[in-house]
Amino acid sequence: MAYVAIADQVQELHDPTTFIRKYIWSQDHKVIAIQYGITATAVGLLALVLSGLMRLQLGFPDTFSFIDPVNYYQFITMHGMIMVIYLLTALFLGGFGNYLIPLQLGARDMVFPYMNMLSYWIYLLAVLVLVASFFIPGGPTGAGWTLYPPQAILPGTPGADGGILLMLVSLIIFIVAFTMGGLNYVTTVLQARTRGMTLMRMPLTVWGIFTATDLGLLAFPALLVSGVMMTLDRVLGTSFFMPAVVSMGEQLDYAGGSPVLFQHLFWFFGHPEVYIVALPAFGIVSDLLSTHARKNIFGYRMMVWAIVAIGGLSFVVWAHHMYVSGMNPYFGFFFATTTLIIAIPTAIKVYNWTLTLWRGNIHLRVPMLFAIGFIFTFVHGGLTGLFLGNVIVDIPLSDTYFVVGHFHMVMGVAPLMVVFGAIYHWYPKMTGKMFNETLGKIHFWVTFLGTYFIYLPMHYLGFLGVPRRYFALGNTEFLPDSVQSLNASITVSALIVGSVQLIFLYNLISSLFKGKPAGPNPWGATTLEWQTPDTPPTHGNWGPALPGCYRWAYDYSVPGAEWDFLPQNFPPEGATIDSDGIVRSTDGTPA
Amino acid sequence: MALAVVLILLVVGSVVFHFWSPWWFPPIASNWGTIDDTIILTFWVTGIVFIAVNLFMAVALIRYRAREGQKAAYEPENKKLELWLTIVTGVGVVAMLAPGLFVWANFVQVPEGAAEFEALGQQWHWSFRLPGKDGVMGTSEIAFVSQQNPFGLTPDDPDAQDDLLIEGDPLHLLIDQPVKMLLRSKDVLHDFAVPQFRVKMDLVPGMVTYAWLTPTAIGRFEILCEELCGIAHHAMRSLVVVDDQASYDAWAETLPTFAETMAAVPGDAAAGEALYPVCGACHGAQGEGIQLLNSPKLSGQEDWYLKRQIINYKQGRRGTHQDDLFGRQMAPMAATLFDEGAIDNVIAYIGTLPDTPAEATVTGDVERGERLYEICGICHGVNGQGNWGVSAPQQAGMSDWYMVTQLKNFQRDIRGGHPHDAFGRQMAAMAKILGDDEAINDVVAYINTLQ
Repeated sequence: MAYVAIADQVQELHDPTTFIRKYIWSQDHKVIAIQYGITATAVGLLALVLSGLMRLQLGFPDTFSFIDPVNYYQFITMHGMIMVIYLLTALFLGGFGNYLIPLQLGARDMVFPYMNMLSYWIYLLAVLVLVASFFIPGGPTGAGWTLYPPQAILPGTPGADGGILLMLVSLIIFIVAFTMGGLNYVTTVLQARTRGMTLMRMPLTVWGIFTATDLGLLAFPALLVSGVMMTLDRVLGTSFFMPAVVSMGEQLDYAGGSPVLFQHLFWFFGHPEVYIVALPAFGIVSDLLSTHARKNIFGYRMMVWAIVAIGGLSFVVWAHHMYVSGMNPYFGFFFATTTLIIAIPTAIKVYNWTLTLWRGNIHLRVPMLFAIGFIFTFVHGGLTGLFLGNVIVDIPLSDTYFVVGHFHMVMGVAPLMVVFGAIYHWYPKMTGKMFNETLGKIHFWVTFLGTYFIYLPMHYLGFLGVPRRYFALGNTEFLPDSVQSLNASITVSALIVGSVQLIFLYNLISSLFKGKPAGPNPWGATTLEWQTPDTPPTHGNWGPALPGCYRWAYDYSVPGAEWDFLPQNFPPEGATIDSDGIVRSTDGTPA
Repeated sequence: MALAVVLILLVVGSVVFHFWSPWWFPPIASNWGTIDDTIILTFWVTGIVFIAVNLFMAVALIRYRAREGQKAAYEPENKKLELWLTIVTGVGVVAMLAPGLFVWANFVQVPEGAAEFEALGQQWHWSFRLPGKDGVMGTSEIAFVSQQNPFGLTPDDPDAQDDLLIEGDPLHLLIDQPVKMLLRSKDVLHDFAVPQFRVKMDLVPGMVTYAWLTPTAIGRFEILCEELCGIAHHAMRSLVVVDDQASYDAWAETLPTFAETMAAVPGDAAAGEALYPVCGACHGAQGEGIQLLNSPKLSGQEDWYLKRQIINYKQGRRGTHQDDLFGRQMAPMAATLFDEGAIDNVIAYIGTLPDTPAEATVTGDVERGERLYEICGICHGVNGQGNWGVSAPQQAGMSDWYMVTQLKNFQRDIRGGHPHDAFGRQMAAMAKILGDDEAINDVVAYINTLQ
């Protein structure tokens, strides 16, 4: 039998009829995306509050009697883990991946819709198990988000009884959910693209999400096994990561395990994880810049290869997190070299973003503000990474506030800039309404400037030698008093930035009701999701026929063209683009 | 337009901040000036990129802002430009990496003739060991760790016998002498960091890690733990003193060898009884404590703790702060115990006295005290029984008014403020968690309920 591509197969659409099938047990990728988005945002707000609490302690020590070292360490641990895994990973892949992959590729849905639905519900279970740890005796784990043994499972660390187990179980459940979603995204990208959508015509958003998902499928197993092994160490008394120790004056029964082994496994996952968050951001921001500058992305092929190269290299740099871990110091030569090599494809991406702006026609709408904010933040965070990646330079800076400043810039603020930009960018498509521009701009300015005032000074605290993960600095002879005033001002900035996120949420919710109708393609964008017959797109996305794809995703300001953008389904034989930005055949029917 | 201006201001502001902010490395005190040089080099390379990329972007935002009738250029690729940018970036990367790796090669290779010391970490304090006259450190094993052998050295290893042990006191290093640090942990990960030395390295239980340096400045520097090691991570401090030869030798003379600590004979209670009346005059004939004389209960308290405090008094680490009135009374009394044998004897005698719980005099919110005590109990034990393993004395049944006074003293650095009182410093950092006097009363009221 002749092979029939998924795009050409006749598909019956079983439109859901009940409320529950439509919005709760939904198999529609768009509903699942929004479920992922809302859950991730909710748990992210919790993590934001936790960071506010930890900043209160650091900015104003001895002031808040309800913050002691136990809950301080619980705050930092849960803040870190939630932000990295349960917010950013879930939001970029489960949220944007789910929403955009089928729409941008001209597919009706993911190839395994039922598994997609399961993926969300299992993710929700992981979140619930995580949150449950706040309500058990002893509370959640306070081992730091890296969960290093032996400390994570020994007395002296908060939550060493129950909290760490719930943490590990939640991570294991999360990885199950991610694997279900991830296999789905990869298969969909490889198998369900519409006619004409070659890999090298895919929008960079899809390239970023696709590569990140591949990284996740290869990296999360390392976290899975280390989670299982640590659970066994804790529950059954095995010694995978546990050498002989005297804990609190008591000889324990462990012997022969290696704490450094855990660190290798953790960072074999942990470093690709940085790119699991960064690559979707790289992809999305490319599309935002191109659309709002009305100019093709500069060096598309280089951009694709850079994403793939960064993804590949991200698996051979992990031990740069371990320069002072006590591993064989000769590893430093190898990992410093690979780490600095990764700077080259990354720098190319930055150059190409700025070159996309050059000779463009730049509209500084809210999504574009965030995209530019991303470039600035990412350049800053990327460059400080060159300090920490170069092994000898890392030695004095490791475990200081320089590290905290660096990774918050590069994988906290920068990806969040893209998350915000992307939400503003696709909000009109997802809801059919336009958000409030003024509130969006306030949100941008406070977030962009506020985060810089938070994180720039932290690098200098690091030069001073202020260690991270300290509950209080106490009397430390070499630190001037100005450190405390700097910490106080960082806290004030953090609280302002934190509270302005409420404006963002208010904007999203109130615009649902009060926002002006947005139309199907308000930005004049070229990618296929803007060509759906309905806005927001309905079940099956495309009505009776799938769109064709005739060009790459960046035909903006094509010389000689009548419009300043040609959508991907604009056929070579010619057509018109109506005032809504939708491609019509010359006789007026949908293309 | 506003965004472009802000970007320019941020770039200029960052550069100004960098050059004029008062926050920078503490002055270097080791041979690792080359590390500072590579950092400065990295700053130049990355700084130029930071300025160039952002200013380029700002100019683009100004020149190509949307205007009526303007159309963007169409330029999918520019191979030549992309190639050049790749090459220039590659050169920049090599310029940072190559010198860095040269310095790293230096870091990895410990110079011939380097002296050695061991830093031993545990939750939450530091101990140190020197190889002694034979220049070789004895082997160690976790299974050997005990109250008498806190370093866990192999008892019959001949190399271990002359090893010099430093518990709770600052480490001393000899100026201009390259020294390899061997790092060992008894329980969890720690990290030996002295910001002025620049180098740091983790302590990993189950293995010995290393780094090396040459101290180049006389002075006293703080040792911090920089790898999260539990709730008192921030209180895990010690000091390193860099000496000239004469002071270093004088210090090394005072250190006990492993053999000496193992050979120490237990105190003689009968001999101690003869010494005790001096103590009993204030602390009571049964060591029960007399509040009127501001003398706490001694009976029932752990011997190692009593010994450490008497030595602290004798050596001026406690009872010297001008606001520590009662401590200043105790200091000359402690001095009457002329040597270590006398101290051991009198403590042995105190051990024979009946441990009747002291009368409760402090009232407070017991329920709140119980919540607050969760942190105290991690070291002092859930029943306030004390734990030599983390140097935490017994609290249950001891004089409650005394604990209140001492917690306040700790909070105000009246006690534990002496740089050589490592355990006191640790407690001072923890006592500050309690906050106000009411919290102190609450937690002590809860301790009164413990058996």
